[in-house]
Amino acid sequence: MSPTNYLLLSALLFTIGAVGVLVRRNAIVVFMCIELMLNAVNLSLVTFARLNGQLDGQVMAFFVMVVAAAEVVVGLAIIMSIFRTRRSSSVDDANLLKY
Amino acid sequence: MTDVISTGEAVTFWILGPIALLGGLGMVFARNAVHSALFLAMTMLSLGGLYMAQQAPFLGFVQIIVYTGAVMMLFLFVLMLVGRDSSDSVVEVLRGQRVAALVFGIGFAVLLVGAVGNAFTNIPSVGLAAGNAGAGGNVTGIGRLIFTKYLFAFELTSALLITAALGAMVLAYAQSRGAQSKIGQRATVQARLRGEHDRISPLPGPGVFATGNSVAVPAILPDGSVAPESISAIIDATPIEESEKPAADAHALTGGPYPEDEK
Repeated sequence: MSPTNYLLLSALLFTIGAVGVLVRRNAIVVFMCIELMLNAVNLSLVTFARLNGQLDGQVMAFFVMVVAAAEVVVGLAIIMSIFRTRRSSSVDDANLLKY
Repeated sequence: MTDVISTGEAVTFWILGPIALLGGLGMVFARNAVHSALFLAMTMLSLGGLYMAQQAPFLGFVQIIVYTGAVMMLFLFVLMLVGRDSSDSVVEVLRGQRVAALVFGIGFAVLLVGAVGNAFTNIPSVGLAAGNAGAGGNVTGIGRLIFTKYLFAFELTSALLITAALGAMVLAYAQSRGAQSKIGQRATVQARLRGEHDRISPLPGPGVFATGNSVAVPAILPDGSVAPESISAIIDATPIEESEKPAADAHALTGGPYPEDEK
């Protein structure tokens, strides 16, 4: 086994996430698919850090985690406020910025 | 100094990798959003294990604590707030979009796997073991990097976190405005005086006389007439049913046993 397997796993996970964003209609599930893509990229960053023998990749993965956490908080708040006005969490329903 | 992948790591990969893939697929194809969230938590847990196997124990624990612990629970929390049964609509807004997305996904996967598999076949892995950059411990090395080379990015992170927390508070705060806001007492009184209600005062209560305090007794107006609004409309509409009166029984007064019980 070579570290390439990790990169292949990362590629597959990223693809699954991308397909999920395109296929699913529930805004929260779409959001979870985005999280899956971020995680896949993190896995490849960690693998690259190991391949190169440098810790920079791990630091980048760490920053990605921080940004993802902040993004989740704001995104879920937006979904909540959309749900409060439109009584729906489907991405098809949110086609207006107001009302 | 190259690093060799041990058998233990290979076993870990071949156990956790398929679990992560299954979790991802389950997340996309589960009908229920809560199941999706749990599948994603499974994927993230196994990814945390993979990080630890790849000489990144700090990131592995951060992954488990932050992602499966905090982020996924936040997702579940919002799912419960929004309503668990808000499942996907099966209506296709764009015709053929799902099929196109699946085709795109397969093509993308083939492309990516082919490219990665070709580009990274025989590259030597340096590894983070002793003697390389990871010397002195993973956490120490990451800390040194964060507070020297990536210090500015780290400081920007604090601004990002504060902004995110503020934004979440502003967005999620339930302001009472528009049609959904509750009308207060003062506003109700003003609306009454403005004539927006049928009458200014509340409806008169039912009358209370010495002979009865039933809600069916109407109130009497000052001129002696009956106030029809004082009785609920339901009472007039309800048919009267006479309850059966129990037959008089002298034994009930004495508390003694019935005659047939003595036999």
